[in-house]
Amino acid sequence: MNAPVLIQSGLSRPGQGLAPEAEDVWTVAGRSFRSRLIVGTGKYKDYATNAAAAEAAGAEIVTVALRRVNLSDPSQPMLADFVKPERFTYLPNTAGCFTGEDAVRTLRLAREAGGWELVKLEVLSQTRHLYPDMEETLRALKLLVADGFQVMVYCTDDVVYAQKLQDAGAAAIMPAAAPIGSGLGIQNRVNIRLIVEQAGVPVLVDAGVGTASDATVAMELGCDAVLTNTAIAEAKDPIRMGRAMKHAVIAGREAYLAGRMPMKRYADPSSPLAGLI
Amino acid sequence: MRLVLNGEPREFERASTVAALVEALGLDTRTVAVERNLEIVPRSLYLATGLSDGDRIEIVHFIGGG
Repeated sequence: MNAPVLIQSGLSRPGQGLAPEAEDVWTVAGRSFRSRLIVGTGKYKDYATNAAAAEAAGAEIVTVALRRVNLSDPSQPMLADFVKPERFTYLPNTAGCFTGEDAVRTLRLAREAGGWELVKLEVLSQTRHLYPDMEETLRALKLLVADGFQVMVYCTDDVVYAQKLQDAGAAAIMPAAAPIGSGLGIQNRVNIRLIVEQAGVPVLVDAGVGTASDATVAMELGCDAVLTNTAIAEAKDPIRMGRAMKHAVIAGREAYLAGRMPMKRYADPSSPLAGLI
Repeated sequence: MRLVLNGEPREFERASTVAALVEALGLDTRTVAVERNLEIVPRSLYLATGLSDGDRIEIVHFIGGG
């Protein structure tokens, strides 16, 4: 009766044998992070839930948007009172920008509001699918790089454009796995893998993650991290989904590093056939 | 003085500088950024930056976003 022993030896023992995990950091624009999950701060029912979900997700970076101050009601809750900039690195985005000029203007203001050089660029094409206008994105990237920004770039999963972004000085390449907020999961694994293979800067799947397994797949494809907002914010229990995403990203990263077994066309028994009674 | 503040026309009695305007609005200067006629006003220049009739002022800050 060897079976129980085998099962026991397969059990994981938290805190043991996982030493490399603590050192498995990723670096963008000279800053290293342990968490490979960036979370958005939009669409939550309130900032308190948002902060709790970001904590549960183990996130170290959160994306934030820049908007006009509501001058008619200054008593409205402030993001920074809940999702504290001392705890999370703010990654200002250019969500809602449709031209390079809008994006550059927004990020210059963001830099003035908080001093951030590390930013997320997204230049949208149209509202139906929210895919980026890559020509305009590349143009804006060049303007921002010339202005001293470290730019993480939201892009399509176009392998050729990903290379152009890197050549233009992008700090990270962030292809959409599916339309923003769609939760459809990774639509083109081949492209994500090719982008990862050719990249000399971090690659993050940004947009399209719907549930934990999508984040795992992204990490198994070799992405350095995953950015997700809606999948957590619009889960029935955002805090629990934050936790699920944390584990999903760790699982995918570990599986990627472990190196998966080859796929086979037919069965291959796990118990030896020799010695059968 | 008439300003266009965050896209809305507004009258201000005593707001001769950006610093005075921000104070009159009760805003925390550490968390906002100000643009005057499409040019960013650095925080260090709020006191020195005068306002003129018809100026277009944007005052922005961070909110939740993905």
